Amino acid sequence: MALSFGIILAAGVGGFVEIAPLFNIDETVEKAPDMRLYTPLEQAGRDIYIREGCYACHSQMIRSLRDEVERYGPYSLAAESKYDHPMLWGSKRTGPDLARQGGKYSDDWQARHLINPRALVPESVMPQYAFLAKTPLDSASMPARLAALRKVGVPYSDAQIENAAIDTAAQADPDSVAAADVFARYGDKTNVRAFDGTADQVTEMDALVAYLQILGQLTTLPSQTQPLPK
Amino acid sequence: MIANLTREDRGAALLITSIGMAIGLLMVAVGIGGQFAVHGLVVIGFCAGLFFLVARNLNAPEPGSERLASYYDDPTRVGVLLSLGWGVIGMAMGVWVAALLAWPDLRFDAAWSSFGRLRPIHTSGVIFGFGGNALIATSFHIMQRTSRARMPGQIAPWFVLLGFNLFCLIAASGYLLGITQSKEYAEPEWYADIWLVVVWVAYFSLYIRTLARRNEPHIYVANWYYLAFILVMAVLHIVNNLAVPVSFAGTKSYSAFAGVQDAMTQWWYGHNAVAFFLTSGFLGMLYYFLPKRAERPIYSYRLSILSFWGITFFYIWVGSHHLLYTALPLWVQTLGVTFSIMLLVPSWASAGNALMTLNGAWHKVRDDATLRFMLVAVIFYGLSTFEGSFMSLRPVNSLSHYTDWTIGHVHSGAMGWVAMISFGSIYALTPLLWGRETMYSWKAVEWHFWLALSGTVIYVFAMWNSGLTQGIMWRTYAEGGTLRYTFIESVVAMHGYYIARAFGGLLFVIGAMIALWNVVMTIRRVPAQVTERDHPTRSEALEPAVPVMPAE
Repeated sequence: MALSFGIILAAGVGGFVEIAPLFNIDETVEKAPDMRLYTPLEQAGRDIYIREGCYACHSQMIRSLRDEVERYGPYSLAAESKYDHPMLWGSKRTGPDLARQGGKYSDDWQARHLINPRALVPESVMPQYAFLAKTPLDSASMPARLAALRKVGVPYSDAQIENAAIDTAAQADPDSVAAADVFARYGDKTNVRAFDGTADQVTEMDALVAYLQILGQLTTLPSQTQPLPK
Repeated sequence: MIANLTREDRGAALLITSIGMAIGLLMVAVGIGGQFAVHGLVVIGFCAGLFFLVARNLNAPEPGSERLASYYDDPTRVGVLLSLGWGVIGMAMGVWVAALLAWPDLRFDAAWSSFGRLRPIHTSGVIFGFGGNALIATSFHIMQRTSRARMPGQIAPWFVLLGFNLFCLIAASGYLLGITQSKEYAEPEWYADIWLVVVWVAYFSLYIRTLARRNEPHIYVANWYYLAFILVMAVLHIVNNLAVPVSFAGTKSYSAFAGVQDAMTQWWYGHNAVAFFLTSGFLGMLYYFLPKRAERPIYSYRLSILSFWGITFFYIWVGSHHLLYTALPLWVQTLGVTFSIMLLVPSWASAGNALMTLNGAWHKVRDDATLRFMLVAVIFYGLSTFEGSFMSLRPVNSLSHYTDWTIGHVHSGAMGWVAMISFGSIYALTPLLWGRETMYSWKAVEWHFWLALSGTVIYVFAMWNSGLTQGIMWRTYAEGGTLRYTFIESVVAMHGYYIARAFGGLLFVIGAMIALWNVVMTIRRVPAQVTERDHPTRSEALEPAVPVMPAE
């Protein structure tokens, strides 16, 4: 038993010293006043990204190295993933980093690329995700998901949680009456579009594309604080 | 096997599997129509299968009390077979996902067959299925032998072994369905994680209770390593998997941590899964089977203890070297790098100690492929721990991180060290466990050895080359000061290496299949031989002829 305590003690020190202060030192995560939350549709897309294991090939963490900044954009700040449960920084780039993917390509390009990557990039080794365009999104579970996220620290308001299912559909249907509420609840800069090209039904493709299009767009802090590379 | 259980044991087995079925039924009821219910069915199927296995033999004759004068090896035997079975599945899955990167259309037109869903079946299959079962099986063997005592009960070891395999089954089937936390090497969702904690508590309790019954004043160092593996993995597993489920009737949960804190917690877990699962436990295996097989005492027992505390203390700090140049505060990165360098000392002390143990037994290494597996494992352990420290240096890491070099490094450890020491130990253990004189075919062991070694070398060299190529292409500048290569050009440059990697992996899995075949044939075809000197004892003599019954 003494041996067991010795092992726990010896192995406990390092983890405690390295992890505990990260929750207490203020400078660990920068202040980003304009940081906005994921909309329910974007969060649903993030959950699909998690479900499909995209992190195995795509990082979301641009390191502070010249070539990475020039290839992908300003290096990633801690604030940018402060609402990411879990973080998806990744450890491998079989495909490119996606931390600043938002706005780089059109919705149409993203959707067609997910349906068949090799139709757009012949040398790509990415799997095809055509089924996303045919799978209706489970928006009914979004209030429960946002409520769970609030429990772990994401500051969703009661209204955002209550209307999560409606907002999910409305964000992918710009002509709907409820679309205005999405702007009201998540900000004027929210992307409200038919992400998969059709507004008739919210699909998993809508959600994933909405998520990809917001990557790196939640706050403007990185471009404010970093000088553009020459 | 069931005949070796007492009536009381059989009753307990029926009760536990009934409770399991009830839990499964509850999962189906609350999660009806969803994936949670599918996993409920998996639990019901698993428990029902075991229930009927026991129930069918409920009235078989009971074992006599003479069983108490021997070691309890049935769970070890099943563990060895499960380990090899998972090994073949996990490695074959590895070859498939490797092939997908060379030929991305080599799959079915279905969501479950994408790289992202199959890859964790490979990693969990080999780490937990193959490695975990090998660790549990060998630990059951070693804790009894080095304590010269029988395990306290007959149900606990089955609960641990089969409970762990239920966890593996839920994990692997979940990945196909898209049930994952996307936390590397900690993918299983909340309910599987809770179940693993239950199993792990039983494992620790079994280990401690066996050691408490020992007829030997000293606890042999191999047990220290296994204990560190069990204890620290429990801490890592619980903390890293803290999460809030969306619903207790569903699979999805959200990690308690976010962003930079989550990243640090994840790699604190991730790297120490390497440390305490893939190193500490397997060093326990090494410290028992290498001296046994070589018939040489450990070169320096004191050094083995020193390096034990070195590894236990230093390893836990190094996880942050996975996050260099990221948004993690610099002071944590620096601590990680510093300890990564220091870690080389206890790591090489262990490797050196093992090599020096072989002094005077080199002729055996030449003739005995089983011992050669262990030697190669030690060499790869030394190489990959050096490589690990090297890759944690900031300038090296800036090149190697995110590339295939990391994959090569992991596989030199996983194939070269973990798998080789496991195969060596399994070949040493199998004849003893089933009371056979030798393995069925020594030629097959030789074939396996050379297939495994060449497969590893081909794999690792392919990944070193592809990793360096990627890393250099990503940072090469053209004369005008712009980046020379697009990302897709680096993907195209990988094609040949990815084919070579899949080929190396194929050789390796063929070797594992040969091992499984050889073990099965040893059980079925090699005549039994009574092992007279393998039983619990309380005597001061080294190996007395008379077994001693444990005090009940």
